[in-house]
Amino acid sequence: MGIPFEGNNLSLFWHGFVQTVLLSGASALLALVLGTLLAACRVSPVPVLRAFGTGWVGVFRNTPLTLLFFAVTFGLPRVDVHLSAFVCAMLALGCYTGSFVCEVLRAGINTVPIGQAEAARSLGMTFGQTLTLVVLPQAGRAVLGPLSSVFIALPRNSAIAGAFNVAELYSVQQTLSEQGYAIFAIFFWIALAYLCISATVGLLFRGLERRLAVGA
Amino acid sequence: MQASVLYEVPGPRTRRRYQLFGVLAAAVLAGLGWYVYDALASNGQFDPAMWAPFEYTTVQQRILDGVRDTLTAFGLAALFSLLWGALLATGRLSDHRWLRWPATALIEFFRAMSLLVMIFALYQAVFSAQPMYALVLGLTLYNGAVQAEIIRSGIQAVPRGQHEAAYALGLRKSQVMLTILLPQAVRSMLPAMIGQLVVTLKDTSLGFLITYTELLYIGKLIANNTSTPHGYPYIPVIMVIAPIYILLCLALTALARWIESRGRRGSNRRTPAAA
Repeated sequence: MGIPFEGNNLSLFWHGFVQTVLLSGASALLALVLGTLLAACRVSPVPVLRAFGTGWVGVFRNTPLTLLFFAVTFGLPRVDVHLSAFVCAMLALGCYTGSFVCEVLRAGINTVPIGQAEAARSLGMTFGQTLTLVVLPQAGRAVLGPLSSVFIALPRNSAIAGAFNVAELYSVQQTLSEQGYAIFAIFFWIALAYLCISATVGLLFRGLERRLAVGA
Repeated sequence: MQASVLYEVPGPRTRRRYQLFGVLAAAVLAGLGWYVYDALASNGQFDPAMWAPFEYTTVQQRILDGVRDTLTAFGLAALFSLLWGALLATGRLSDHRWLRWPATALIEFFRAMSLLVMIFALYQAVFSAQPMYALVLGLTLYNGAVQAEIIRSGIQAVPRGQHEAAYALGLRKSQVMLTILLPQAVRSMLPAMIGQLVVTLKDTSLGFLITYTELLYIGKLIANNTSTPHGYPYIPVIMVIAPIYILLCLALTALARWIESRGRRGSNRRTPAAA
């Protein structure tokens, strides 16, 4: 059970943990930006952009993440694009998660009753005021719950990067199991690390939800 | 065009502006598309040699075998995850603390665990000769926990008066669950359940990493067995395999939507249709 405390396993383990956190953070950022852009496309009044958003989301939501990793790792070098394994993993994770973020944001905007915007307009608010003072605050609250489950899933999904040359927690599991340690003891420690990460993300979102809650 | 929360119904000038934006966006997207096509073509990805392997019937047969193995793993995982999910949900909804707490702990643990880490541990520890069982068991444990939460929230979403009325009529606990709550809950939870099945289907591709011969693994084999002047045909293989996955997932999603629309029709039966 004391695997992390033997030899230099601790530094290996710590390095993997940090890489998982970094990779998840970077792809979360990319997913958030990409998801917002796509959501803007999907609710825009321009049919071409709407079709583009729908198509993109349809493709990336229905493609397995492993296939995306495969495509980025083996496909990009074929067209002379050479990126580090970390950036590849970030792209795959970000594009995949971004399409889920887009769907969550779009659903959030759709939950705002249309009367809200109509009332804001008849009070003489400008487009910017309507958006920032009336629509987005309400949509944001509706979005937080589903968004938290998307971002709790992200570190779990990032394990696949370990199989595509990023030295994170899953590859730590592989290395240690090749060194002959008992697999369930390794599993225990890796599982603990993942539980810590998802618990932290969950707590962050719960705090955010409490801060943004109305009344109470 | 229908009214939206975000903007008003456009007038003639705005509509012209939207048309201009549309043309500009189309031009930009077409440019991007051309850029991608050019990058692929100039690196010889549309070379006949790249696509030659797909003309052999043995290769086509292998792809079909890959689809079959993917669907086998999916079918087993779907069946077992629904059973496991029902079991966990029963535990979670139980009146007995000694049943409810372990079930809650199991659900929370498996939902927070990385599926790949779990599958790899199972593969290394028990199923190194039969990766399929590691894949199916891992998918079952994880997706079952998610299904359990879907089932629980579905049952708890049934209005409270329903089970109060059932108890008042003298039904027993299991009768209330089986004849009153479950039939009503199934309708509302089916879309979410099938949505999770789509996730299960996509996650079967994790079998690739533990050498299970599913679609993606077969794809890599095909690519590695073909040598062309421009290297291994990874991109053609991706272009063949990705649509298969997407079509399979879209078929499942369409099923979910169809069931959802049927359910809506059913629940509205007593109220007159809104023309």
